[in-house]
Amino acid sequence: MIKVNDLSVTFTQYEGWWTQRRVSVLHDVSLAIHEREIVAIIGASGSGKSILAHALLGLLPENAHLSGDMRFRGEVLTDRLQRTLRGTVIHFIPQSVNFLDPLQRVGKQVQWGRSKACAIVEQRDLFHRYGLSSTVAELYPHELSGGMRRRVLFATAMHNTTQCIIADEPTPGVHPSILKAMLDDFMRLREEGVSILFITHDLMAALRVADRVYIMKDGRVVEEAQPSQFVGRGESLVHSYTKNLWRALPENEFSVEEEFHVTSE
Amino acid sequence: MKEMIYTVMRGGSLLFGLSVLTFTLVYYSPVDPIQAYIGGGTYMTEDQRQQLEEKWGLNDHPVQQYVRWATALLGGDFGQSTIYQRPVSTLIQERAGATLLLMTVAWTVSGLFGFTLGVWAAVSRGRMIDRLIRWYSYIQASVPTFWLGLLLLMIFSVYLQWFPVGLSAPPGKLLANVTWGDRLYHLWLPALTLSVIGTAQVTLHTREKMINVLESDYVLFAKARGASTGQIVKRHGLKNAVLPALMLHFSYVGELFGGSVLAEQVFSYPGLGAMVTEAGLKADVPLLLGIVLCSSVFVFIGNVCADFLKQWIDPRTKKRVSYDAIE
Amino acid sequence: MRLNERQKMMVALFTSSLLLLLLISCGWLLSDDGLQTNGALKNEPPSLAHWFGTDWLGRDMFTRVLKGLQLSLGVGLLGAIIGVTLAFVLGMLAGTFGGWVDAVIGWCIDLFIGMPHLIFIILIAFSVGGGMKGIVLGVGLTHWPSLARLIRAEVQALRQAEYMLVAEQLGRTKWQMSREHLFPHLFPHLIIGFVLLFPHAILHEAALTFLGFGLSVQTPAIGIILSEALHHISTGHWWLTLIPGGVLLLVVKSFDEVGERLKQLLRPQTSQQ
Repeated sequence: MIKVNDLSVTFTQYEGWWTQRRVSVLHDVSLAIHEREIVAIIGASGSGKSILAHALLGLLPENAHLSGDMRFRGEVLTDRLQRTLRGTVIHFIPQSVNFLDPLQRVGKQVQWGRSKACAIVEQRDLFHRYGLSSTVAELYPHELSGGMRRRVLFATAMHNTTQCIIADEPTPGVHPSILKAMLDDFMRLREEGVSILFITHDLMAALRVADRVYIMKDGRVVEEAQPSQFVGRGESLVHSYTKNLWRALPENEFSVEEEFHVTSE
Repeated sequence: MKEMIYTVMRGGSLLFGLSVLTFTLVYYSPVDPIQAYIGGGTYMTEDQRQQLEEKWGLNDHPVQQYVRWATALLGGDFGQSTIYQRPVSTLIQERAGATLLLMTVAWTVSGLFGFTLGVWAAVSRGRMIDRLIRWYSYIQASVPTFWLGLLLLMIFSVYLQWFPVGLSAPPGKLLANVTWGDRLYHLWLPALTLSVIGTAQVTLHTREKMINVLESDYVLFAKARGASTGQIVKRHGLKNAVLPALMLHFSYVGELFGGSVLAEQVFSYPGLGAMVTEAGLKADVPLLLGIVLCSSVFVFIGNVCADFLKQWIDPRTKKRVSYDAIE
Repeated sequence: MRLNERQKMMVALFTSSLLLLLLISCGWLLSDDGLQTNGALKNEPPSLAHWFGTDWLGRDMFTRVLKGLQLSLGVGLLGAIIGVTLAFVLGMLAGTFGGWVDAVIGWCIDLFIGMPHLIFIILIAFSVGGGMKGIVLGVGLTHWPSLARLIRAEVQALRQAEYMLVAEQLGRTKWQMSREHLFPHLFPHLIIGFVLLFPHAILHEAALTFLGFGLSVQTPAIGIILSEALHHISTGHWWLTLIPGGVLLLVVKSFDEVGERLKQLLRPQTSQQ
């Protein structure tokens, strides 16, 4: 469905008071998302995962320069194509609640982008599906709990026309039961024919639903793996970073090797 | 409700402070009110002078004088103007209408233009039209009000002769006979001057706020959901950017009054502004004090409107999570 | 060579500064001869001999305008010094001590912005009996509140910064901490505040002299020149109005430009543009 070849992104910035320089944030990233597939991208913060999501949607700021090739069902993803796909075929679940307008009621924000006739009904159904009571619709974002905001953000992406969802860190901070509901939701959507790009730093959550996993580090894709490869001490994984990531999980007894630091970039 | 009482209390204390401040400033002025009253050429005996001092209570303790003045003020008595020999309150009533009309027109026009230009510049950020609007506003923000008035007067009254040089009503016509047509005719140039002057600030402020909104995550998300620029402006821009700009515009009311002092001087428009200049130059203390307090009330009303507007639009302030608490 | 935004900013900063220096030195070097009335040279439009023309008394407008600017700059300088000093002292006090000191200063700030600037300046000018003193004091006493607020906020933010708390625990005195951390941080704000006060000061000086407060009619001041132009406006001698105001605008704009550019340069957020 989506194919990315050698995508590089740089930003122009000022260095000191006089000269401009280019900062490279993505280097030759290649990946593919097939139809009816959940693809996870795993990486620490700053590894360029969000930039990749924004690049696919055409949401990068103006000082960003792209090179490489992005295609949607074989067609080159131009600005124009991105504009027609956004909000109809491709939907986005953002990473933080700052993505909700602080001065508008959340019910209304979920209704936006839907046809007038059925917006209210759809919103009510969605709230019901995600366990949000009908009074929540009248509240403002700052009045919701963290988990409720996550569910609202989830609800915004659910449309009849959705064929692809790009979810940028949709899960941190949610209660395990809600996390399970969200992951179930992803699997249900896959059954319905939706492809999902699931960007996260939560390897365990990713392995529970993903068909394939890409590991990103410092703006590069360092490995593409099957969930089945994450077993034992990770012998079948190729890159040492991936192995460390796997071994660092609590379930695997924190067997961290010397050179590994999750947060260091 | 509590905030409302607080606002009113604070406003009251400020008005009291202002009355003390203005009274002190005027009290210590070396300008001799009696000399100013009788004028340079007239002779006055020592007796007459003493009588007048007695009558005005000039020899009393300043606190006594203040209390007398303030008490009278609370009863609506602003004293007697020395230039016009009439009660200050009557004079203010007569002139306030003209100034209020001028200010309302200028405030509304500059607000509307400013918002439109500001939003337009923000959505076309970096493009030619944005540069033009920004360039124009930057220049405009530094233009002296009275100079712009002079230029307009020169163009429209001297060269084109569309308007007369001065006066808000044709001379020799009784006040009762002045029609709305006459008023609008004479209002046009001063109102244009103040509208043009006021536009720059609103434009730049709206643009800045709007750009903040457009760079926000929620607008990014709106774009990701396929919203058009028009929808984004309508859904996010109005509440998040234009209303804060409107708040600023309310607090601009005070400066507008200052501007109308200059515009009224240039166009001999008979409002409060022209009268305060006259009172200051001719040392008419009661009149000066009266109009100064009047102008503070304008500022006060503007600020209160801005406060209420803020509480009304921002749900976060209603829930008592005020910005002060965040600071 | 194609300049990036930052380089354009530097060029603008340099040009504006240069223009201001040029105007100041010009006013300094000109003799007062042009201020004498000259019956043979009345109402001359601009020419090579008289760049800005002459008025109805035959005075050279170029000399009058530049000498007037000299006065404006002097008033601006003194007014800005008063204003910045007030803002600095009160802002520091409010930010450092907090509590009721802060409340009182906050109330004073509200009091001083509770009246339109121009009205307040008229009142102050009246209070000191007019003249240069009135204008300088008027300008200085009315323009400190916004800068004082900024400094107060900066001081408060800095005092809560972690390194200040650590320094306090290490037994640094308040004065030592102020010298080591606060002054270096506040200095740019003061400089920018100082430069940005100039345009306001100059505009208000012109407005006040235009209204007739303070100075004798012989003094070359932009406001007085323009007020005379108003009285002779029906003669249609455009240069008496257009040029003095235009030059005033240029000067005000230049100061504004210098201040705003400095502000942008000293603010790290603009590095993304």
